[in-house]
Amino acid sequence: MIFNKNLKNVLLVIFTTLLLSACSTAKKTGSAGDDAYTGKETVKYLASGVPDRVFFATNKSSLTTASRATLRKQATFLRKNKKLNVTIEGHADERGTREYNLALGERRANAAKDYLMTYGISGKRLSVISYGKEKPVNAASTPLAWSQNRRSVTVKVN
Amino acid sequence: MKKLFFIILCNLFVINKSYGLIEVDITRGNLDPLPIAVSPLHVDIKSEDFKDLKIKDLGSNISKIIENNFKATGLFNPLKKEAFVQKPDIAHLKPRFEDWRLIKAQALVTGKILIKDQKLKVEFRLWDLAAAKEMTALAFTTTPSNWRRVAHIISDKIYERLTGEDGYFDTRIIYVAESGPKSQRVKKLAIMDQDGAKTKYLTLGNELVLTPRFNPTNQMVTYMSYFRNMPRVYLLDIETGTQEVVGNFPGMTFAPRFSPDGKKIVMSFAKDGNSDIFAMDLETRVVERITDHSSIDTSPSFSPDGKFIAFNSDRSGLQQIYVMRSDGSGVKRITFGNGIYGTPVWSPRGDLIAFTKMRKGKFYIGVMRTDGTGERLLTENFYQEAPSWSPNGRVIVFYRETKSGSKGEGFTAKLWSIDITGYNERQLKTETDASDPSWSSLLSK
Repeated sequence: MIFNKNLKNVLLVIFTTLLLSACSTAKKTGSAGDDAYTGKETVKYLASGVPDRVFFATNKSSLTTASRATLRKQATFLRKNKKLNVTIEGHADERGTREYNLALGERRANAAKDYLMTYGISGKRLSVISYGKEKPVNAASTPLAWSQNRRSVTVKVN
Repeated sequence: MKKLFFIILCNLFVINKSYGLIEVDITRGNLDPLPIAVSPLHVDIKSEDFKDLKIKDLGSNISKIIENNFKATGLFNPLKKEAFVQKPDIAHLKPRFEDWRLIKAQALVTGKILIKDQKLKVEFRLWDLAAAKEMTALAFTTTPSNWRRVAHIISDKIYERLTGEDGYFDTRIIYVAESGPKSQRVKKLAIMDQDGAKTKYLTLGNELVLTPRFNPTNQMVTYMSYFRNMPRVYLLDIETGTQEVVGNFPGMTFAPRFSPDGKKIVMSFAKDGNSDIFAMDLETRVVERITDHSSIDTSPSFSPDGKFIAFNSDRSGLQQIYVMRSDGSGVKRITFGNGIYGTPVWSPRGDLIAFTKMRKGKFYIGVMRTDGTGERLLTENFYQEAPSWSPNGRVIVFYRETKSGSKGEGFTAKLWSIDITGYNERQLKTETDASDPSWSSLLSK
């Protein structure tokens, strides 16, 4: 049993080391600013299979490939629900000055809005609001939380 | 906030300006603060009652405020009263200089007060103990409920006499009071005396409010509010409590600041993903576009002569600080250091710009000359921003947030101040968590 426990510990250490080294390599290979969140945590759904939000890299408002895919799903959903209007809320993480973040949130929300419009959704159905860094969805001070907070969220109005 | 701040300067008697008297150099960090004895002000026994004011304690309460002001500058070392060698009334007439020198005091403040006919009469004297001379003296009359301001005005006069610079004690700070969990903060506009006393809340917390800033006469405040979920710049009259939206913009307006003459508000307006800087004349309501660029332009701040505006833009790719003429012409980038820069704020003296710098996961408050040279970083931390100048341009107040745990626990936001020498960093007392401070000008000027 004791041996077993020790073995477990050793394995745990090896595993952690592997994880850590994986992390550091990922950091080295990942290009600068390419830290948009790709997971599903915090995501809600406008309808089955239609995620309500897209994520951005630090200081960026450009849409990632995954974001575009999400927004195309939102566009399809909005085309099907012609009477539905939405507000796109733009957000930033806590690692920027308040005023700049307000502008950045607005730019992110508009990036999402513009993309929806290119898929045939009328701008009249899409309003935009920026909350800057004021409404984090994850209150932790970690790179993961920040990546989840750099987002634009499409919210049903009616 | 009523109109009780009426102070009658009765007479200004004897101001000795002979050289050789003590001086405090505030241009360097002061590691050897001047020992000063602040005698409790003598309360004249003929004083009459005034409302629920404890007249007996008024003299020592005033001297305590003066001491706290001096201690907070880092330039003075107020001595313990137990060691004082003379009674307040006698010292005020004529200090026994050699006895005061024995307790190592170099300067002595004495004074007396009298409340009569609903008026508070104050006089004080500042003595140079080494030279055995009176340095300055002043007498004035005000309403008794103004007694805290009396202490601040005395502090300012002494600071001015000893440093040769204007003081900053008779001032207020407007800020955003914060409460509640990090992801659902309740924010209210709050105003307090510079020393943390007399806090008042100006909004109820029903909507998000950000970035309040005083006008030059300290009667108006411009700020951003999410009232009815429409993020706009507002104008608030502190005395009457009336509020109005500034301009009629079809989208978010933010980052407001007054022009130095108080006639305009300069701010950002965001439309279709682009933020530019606009100014509105408060009298004519004419809106003027100042910048026109596809990048984010925000955080505008006028130079004190009104001729220039410093602002924040990411037109180079990342946030940097730029300066332009106040009509928008002659845009020049002034920051080229490692890292990114935000929140430029022009010093009231006109010589420096305070800023926030972000580099390698750290936030710095710093100052630089208005052409971007001579950058000096004053303080490094996990998160801090929003510098605001004391009216004499010697101290900067800002806010600092702490790192929080996985559920947002351990998160705090507090106001801090630091001298532009980089010394004397200290946390300001606030009733709640606080952010976005804005320092008023001197109220009695």
